[in-house]
Amino acid sequence: MENWKENPKVFWVLGLPPTFWLSAFFIIPLGFLFVMSFSDKAVIDGQVSITEYSYLTGISNYIRAFDSLYLTIIWKSIWVSALATALCLLTAYPIAFGICFAPNKWKPLLLLFVILPFWINLLIRTYALIAVFRTQGYVNLVLGTVGLGPYEMLYNNFAVIFGLVYVYMPFMVLPLYATIERLDKSFLEASLDLGASQFRTFLSVTVPLTMPGIISGVILVFIPCLGSFLTPDLLGGANAIMIGNVIERQFKSANDWPFGAALSFLLMYATFGALAIRSLIARRSKGVDI
Amino acid sequence: MAAQMKPGQGALDYGSRLWLKILFGVIFFLLYAPIITLIAFSFNTDKRGIVWRGFTLNNYAKAWDNEALIEAMTNSLMIAFLATIIATILGALVALMLWRFRFPFKAGYEGFMALPIVIPEICMGVALLLFFINSGMMELSVHLPWPLNLGNIVIAHVSFCFPFVAVVVRSRLVGFNRQLEEASKDLGASEWQTFWQIIVPYMKPGLIAGALLAFTLSLDDFVITFFTSGPETVTFPVKVYSLVRRGVSPEINAASTVLIVITVVATVLAMKLQAPEKAGKG
Repeated sequence: MENWKENPKVFWVLGLPPTFWLSAFFIIPLGFLFVMSFSDKAVIDGQVSITEYSYLTGISNYIRAFDSLYLTIIWKSIWVSALATALCLLTAYPIAFGICFAPNKWKPLLLLFVILPFWINLLIRTYALIAVFRTQGYVNLVLGTVGLGPYEMLYNNFAVIFGLVYVYMPFMVLPLYATIERLDKSFLEASLDLGASQFRTFLSVTVPLTMPGIISGVILVFIPCLGSFLTPDLLGGANAIMIGNVIERQFKSANDWPFGAALSFLLMYATFGALAIRSLIARRSKGVDI
Repeated sequence: MAAQMKPGQGALDYGSRLWLKILFGVIFFLLYAPIITLIAFSFNTDKRGIVWRGFTLNNYAKAWDNEALIEAMTNSLMIAFLATIIATILGALVALMLWRFRFPFKAGYEGFMALPIVIPEICMGVALLLFFINSGMMELSVHLPWPLNLGNIVIAHVSFCFPFVAVVVRSRLVGFNRQLEEASKDLGASEWQTFWQIIVPYMKPGLIAGALLAFTLSLDDFVITFFTSGPETVTFPVKVYSLVRRGVSPEINAASTVLIVITVVATVLAMKLQAPEKAGKG
């Protein structure tokens, strides 16, 4: 690798266009959002204006975000995401484990099958779930043949959590697979030879040794869950509002952009917090980076 | 998959444990059943789409005749096409710079480039909405002819796609033997000639994989497009969203199936190109 001073012309030719693009069409927009989050709707002649804003008026929007109404929604977003993440871990671990111990020629194909749904449009996958779970859907059709139901399975927290697990599970499998694959299998043999049961070996050897992958996967799933908008919107209906839906509402129907901007920044801080935890743990586990 | 596994009950032979196979089967069933039913029922004659009544291609014909749907699809493909070109160029530039140079605050710069990847989509969507409205670009786009009126969406898509392209291209460049570059320069080639004749051919699989990734990301994006599209422009996911809110119909199944096929083909191609090379290839 050469120092940029040795060849500054090439350095600038390579570096300037993307840096300009990201600054102009990403950082500056975030700057607009940041300023907006500290602003308020302008009051003109004693009337609250719809289109005009008075900028940088204070932190009232952030204070409002801690109203009990919004605090409840934030809290609900957190536990819904946490539960979905936990369920992802429970389903993804055996999958990743199974792929690692599958015959070598099967591994790439099995991995492809896990990742493939991830590439199918999020909206289409959510739509597919609606078709399965709606009142006249396939699940109720099957239940109907044995004389049960129909049940209302959509538009509640269960549907949202199921949808999130369904959508983000592949994110969990990949980091888990990477750590389990690298796990020195002789540790497991040693543990079994020394008399530990399979279950004990799993809890005391496999899980601690694959902890970096678990943490990585948990954070990779938790972040998009927390910021999700489409899944709770389509599967949760009015009953399962998450923070993403509140933000969308501020920018569309409620037309309260400053408050929406403040909520967006709170969501971003939460995301950065989760990422910071991840890199902190990655550093402590001696450079095992996923 | 299960039938091919070697029988054996070694302590570590988890691959052949029955419970693991059953669990595998159940989870894969849950993962794929909704998508497969969606595709299957796009060929169903029943209008309400619940019971299987027979095979037909009518839903595809109806989707094809639905002008709004076709317009949305054309918009989506056009946006994806333009965004892919720009994102691939920008992503390749970033990858080359990070691969070739040492410079102050490099770690910070890498973090800066990763921001669009980690930030919640909805935050990026509303930030761009605010930006386009305040800078007058939203107002401007309404008066422009097609495809220039898609400009804002293209810009938004490039912003979230090119850091992904950069990651893919850079991982390809890591395997490059720098002596080739030195040899080329020793033999009298200029910086430019070396770039086009040595580095670009080597990068090519990474570039194609990155471009396909950008294409699928752009084609699939709903959240950011939802916020940055003006009132007049509709993309395919945005159109499907408005249809889905009104209910389930086999026509949506047909249109969705087409999109699934496009993205799956693009993804499988990209993965093939990204996979570690076998002997004798490029």
